[in-house]
Amino acid sequence: MVTQVTSFGRSGLYDWMVQRVSAVVLSLYTIFIVGYLVLNPELTYDQWSGLFETTWMRIFSLLTFLSIGVHSWIGLWSISTDYIKATGVRFFFQALCGLTMFVYVVWGVQALWGL
Amino acid sequence: MVKKVVNKKRPVNLDLASMSMPVTAIVSILHRITGVILFVGLAFLFYAFDLSLDSQAGFDQVVSTLQTNFLVKFIIWGVVSALMYHFVAGVKHLFMDMGYFEELQSGRIAAIANLIVAAILIVLVGVWIW
Repeated sequence: MVTQVTSFGRSGLYDWMVQRVSAVVLSLYTIFIVGYLVLNPELTYDQWSGLFETTWMRIFSLLTFLSIGVHSWIGLWSISTDYIKATGVRFFFQALCGLTMFVYVVWGVQALWGL
Repeated sequence: MVKKVVNKKRPVNLDLASMSMPVTAIVSILHRITGVILFVGLAFLFYAFDLSLDSQAGFDQVVSTLQTNFLVKFIIWGVVSALMYHFVAGVKHLFMDMGYFEELQSGRIAAIANLIVAAILIVLVGVWIW
């Protein structure tokens, strides 16, 4: 068996499963946010910030940010291992993606919890 | 000594340009392309999300920009469209994991349905934004 040091869980089956679980989280969050915005066309700042001050919404959002991180890692890892054959270039691409994901997660946390 | 068997008739090169992609392949590659678009587009979403929760002024700025700036509307439409496509293709993928749409005929129908549903959602998102 070839072990891949750059795959998320070092195992294809594990990555496969994580990709699906995170996909379900992301789809539920998408449905919720789009539904919320469609149903509240006259949304105010107090309403919007109030929503993200609730504990359940912070949990749901943080779960989503982490899902974005792992889901995009596994997806972009698959794509980069398919199309980028040169190891150095692929490593650089994956490193860039990893950094961007990390920035997204921290950015989301900072937006949720303020200063 | 073992005689080397070489089949001279085997194809050496496949001319990829001579083959057309079946609809299932188009749906699959679009799933990947929209995934990459989303990864980049997330920067806009995180920026807007951060600004909208930052203060009343930030929230007003996000709302007014989304209502007036054509370029911003177009970008957000593009990102949300990619999200809609990726969402529909992902749901189809989950069904395929469970063993549905794996035959040639059902697979083609599911792929075409994927394109139609995504197109409808993308138009609706456009109507919503404008």
